[in-house]
Amino acid sequence: MTAANLIEAAGLVKTYVSRKGLFGTATHVRAVDGVTLSVAPSTTLGIVGESGSGKSTTGRLLLGLEAPTEGEVKFDGKPMPAIKTNAWRDLRSRMQLVFQDPLAALDRRVPIGTQVSEPLDIHAVGTEKERQDRVETLLTAVGLRRDQAGRYPHELSGGQRQRVVIARAIATNPDLLVCDEPVSALDVSIQAQVINLLRDLQEARGIAMAFISHDLKVVRNISDRVAVMYLGRIVEEAPSADIFRRPLHPYTRALVSSVPVPGTALKDRIILQGEPPNPAARPSGCAFHPRCSMATERCKAEVPAFVTVEAGRKAACHLVPAASTET
Amino acid sequence: MPLVEISNLGVAFSGVPVLHGINLKIEKGEAVGLVGESGCGKSVTWLAALGLLPGKAAVSGSVRLGEEELVGAPREKLEQVRGGRIAMIFQDPSSSLNPVLRAGRQIAEAVELHQGLAGAAARAEAIRLMDLVGIPGAARRFDNYPHEFSGGQNQRLMIAMALAGKPDLLVADEPTTALDATIQAQILDLLISLRQETGMAIVFISHDLGAVSQICERVCVMYAGRIVEQCSTEMLFRAPRHPYTRGLFDAIPRLDAGRERSIPIPGTVPQAGRMPAGCAFAPRCGYATDVCHNQVPALSGTEGRATACFNALDEMRSATASGTTKQKVEFA
Repeated sequence: MTAANLIEAAGLVKTYVSRKGLFGTATHVRAVDGVTLSVAPSTTLGIVGESGSGKSTTGRLLLGLEAPTEGEVKFDGKPMPAIKTNAWRDLRSRMQLVFQDPLAALDRRVPIGTQVSEPLDIHAVGTEKERQDRVETLLTAVGLRRDQAGRYPHELSGGQRQRVVIARAIATNPDLLVCDEPVSALDVSIQAQVINLLRDLQEARGIAMAFISHDLKVVRNISDRVAVMYLGRIVEEAPSADIFRRPLHPYTRALVSSVPVPGTALKDRIILQGEPPNPAARPSGCAFHPRCSMATERCKAEVPAFVTVEAGRKAACHLVPAASTET
Repeated sequence: MPLVEISNLGVAFSGVPVLHGINLKIEKGEAVGLVGESGCGKSVTWLAALGLLPGKAAVSGSVRLGEEELVGAPREKLEQVRGGRIAMIFQDPSSSLNPVLRAGRQIAEAVELHQGLAGAAARAEAIRLMDLVGIPGAARRFDNYPHEFSGGQNQRLMIAMALAGKPDLLVADEPTTALDATIQAQILDLLISLRQETGMAIVFISHDLGAVSQICERVCVMYAGRIVEQCSTEMLFRAPRHPYTRGLFDAIPRLDAGRERSIPIPGTVPQAGRMPAGCAFAPRCGYATDVCHNQVPALSGTEGRATACFNALDEMRSATASGTTKQKVEFA
């Protein structure tokens, strides 16, 4: 990995303890199981996967909102400070999270202008007057009017609320933005507005972005690189243009094929059998093997390593040959 | 004679009109898609047809199921229709199932109600239905509770329940929206094969044009309580004529395209109480002329292809309407 990456995560593991009943035996659920990734400034890493694949947990680990059970996150070359220390608090202004549901992320009883200025107050940026000016600049930057600062969240539409959440997230000029399903709750015609907004902000400010979503079309559109997660692990990572044109991992292939493309019959698509597996009952070997049509005996026994398979592409599958090191 | 004929259906909530005269025919065995954004009235149309709206909703117009009129019909008659001739499934299956009753029992209840079976016969029929919708080990899982099934399986249970009355029409309201991508494909596949086996008609309500195109031969695009475009799926994807439909296509990024910016539709959907005069889409439309702001365009055209627009795009313009280098939406 090059030193130019803003954030680097190596071997991240997050284990949660779950109990069946009050006195039941504790089982350890590995929500994230050995994730290694990095994001450079001005680029976007898309993280896709089904529910329970650990993509949101990965986002929270990247931000340092939760401490990894194993592994390490490095932000700007330095290890992430321990949670709730002063050094950790100072870092908050440099990294922000955009949530899925803007109505839940905003306080209904507080005018949006006050909410956007809250991070500025917390991090004591500038004078009172400067903060007020900054709020107005931010609202304009995300396509809201200055006079809307006095409005309450319920007076705005869904798209406008998400703009407020984004304005608040960029208030402290963060270097890293983690967007967790930021457009999933929005209507199609509004989605494009918000995506374009995120792209413009990234271009103007050089923000590094991790974009978590289950919507492959949106991820394709916004990301430079894409990581596909399955049951807590990254199974394939590649430049966005390559991964959707020529997916290598059988799971990625099924995922790409499951996106209904107008005009192609359902018959020609790969329809995966079975349910997304439960992280608490992880299959042996390759976690995907019970749903994989190409699985062999080796897949049931041996966990495939996440290796470089082509220049700039990595995959974890026994059936995708690793790039030979000699050439 | 069409299976269901909706004519001039209007709905108003506390005096605020949300549905402005819907005309729609569903033929026997047909699959029709209703597409639109939230609040456009696509669900309300069918809730009104089945008398499922709350008391403050004033429903006008007519919904005919064969010879029967459903608007204003007495409750007993509607209860015969609901689940019996027209069944409906919803977006969130886990909130449609009773969490404290065994899943199989809930399906058996529908079987008892609609098929007049009882006891072991009802149980056997419920297991058959669970099997039909692809629940593995149906007999063994009959006594499981809804939380013991996954989201996709819960939706399968809902479909099994809907099939209990052997309906002529299944109204599926965003049945795949809450599901993961790979499970979504499974449910779409299930709906297609069930339609082939049973010959029932399907109304598929969704905001996902892609999903609709997989299931339906015919699509109605709705905007702000009106149908704005109606034609075959194939025609809609080849050459959308209403600027709103065109805008929807431009706004959805494509998996096989590059990182170019998608073209959003400016502005937002108008609120029901504050409809603009004239065409509801005019304030957001790049093609609006004076007449659009003053007069409501009627849905006009042939049976096969109708558009409610004064400046409907022709084939050439609809392909390049966005005026950018964005690829034409092709229908291979």
